Amino acid sequence: MDVVINGENRTITAGVTLLELLKELELDPRAVVVEHNRRIVRRAGLSDVTVSEGDAIELVHFVGGG
Amino acid sequence: MTTAIETLRDEPLTIGGRTFHSRLLVGTGKYPDMDTMVRAIEASGAEVVTVAVRRVNLDRTKDSSVLHYLDPKHFFLLANTAGCYTAADAIRYARLAREAGFNDFVKLEVIGDEETLLPDVQGLLEATKVLVQEGFKVLAYTNEDLVTALRLEDAGCAAVMPLASPIGSGLGLLNPLSIRTIKRRLHVPVIVDAGVGTASDACVTMEQGVDGILMNTAIAAAQDPVAMAHAMRLATTAGRAAFLAGRMPRREVAMPSSPTKGMLD
Repeated sequence: MDVVINGENRTITAGVTLLELLKELELDPRAVVVEHNRRIVRRAGLSDVTVSEGDAIELVHFVGGG
Repeated sequence: MTTAIETLRDEPLTIGGRTFHSRLLVGTGKYPDMDTMVRAIEASGAEVVTVAVRRVNLDRTKDSSVLHYLDPKHFFLLANTAGCYTAADAIRYARLAREAGFNDFVKLEVIGDEETLLPDVQGLLEATKVLVQEGFKVLAYTNEDLVTALRLEDAGCAAVMPLASPIGSGLGLLNPLSIRTIKRRLHVPVIVDAGVGTASDACVTMEQGVDGILMNTAIAAAQDPVAMAHAMRLATTAGRAAFLAGRMPRREVAMPSSPTKGMLD
């Protein structure tokens, strides 16, 4: 299944939840904030949202800045 | 021995209901390496550190998050909306930052021009109103314009942050009169943000009576960032102490310091 993660086209396992997707990407759910099709998904709700073909997902965190 | 700091009668800095004992706030960007950043921030004595919201690098296994190096229990993380050119983008970044779960403060930047990085004050006001409505404590990065500062206060900002000079320029405080005027007219804290280059700039800025100063490049781009962070800490404290002490009036003619009486014939 093809989705867009952080602006890049990626092929991921079909039918995964956002929490499973983070696991697949080896990301700690406590260390990232997830935006799914422009909507923020809270940490507690990550396992409730299933990813669909063509979805746009943004995974962000804090980096150095002024 | 009595040091200046012990005789300094000052109140702590309170922004949006949070109290801080350092009036120096620092950024975490542009350091040569993370170890230098951590040591510089420690040397600065700052409690508030700014961070940016960016995409996770999917192809790197190593954690590039700044939180890997800075313990959020020891520092107050102030997320910024740096790089945003519209109110909508800044709002989006602020919401993502809050979701990280540390606090509801945001250093709001809406940039209007790529060359100067000067703020788009219209977009800034627009974003402020939305974020204040959503419960954010907004610290607005703005220019040194009094009317904009007043409107930002009216819109509910927790602090207003006029620039000393453009971001990363190191030109120092270009318009002390405007900064003093903003400080005199506003009730919320005024934190000068951006533009200082060296310790004297920080000192002169604090002498204007502002509540605090936020800097990044002046420390990170110094030849020895840790030593400069230490200098900035001293300069911020010195400038604040001088402001509280109240400077002597300026005179355009000399006045002798030694008695004029008792001179020999």
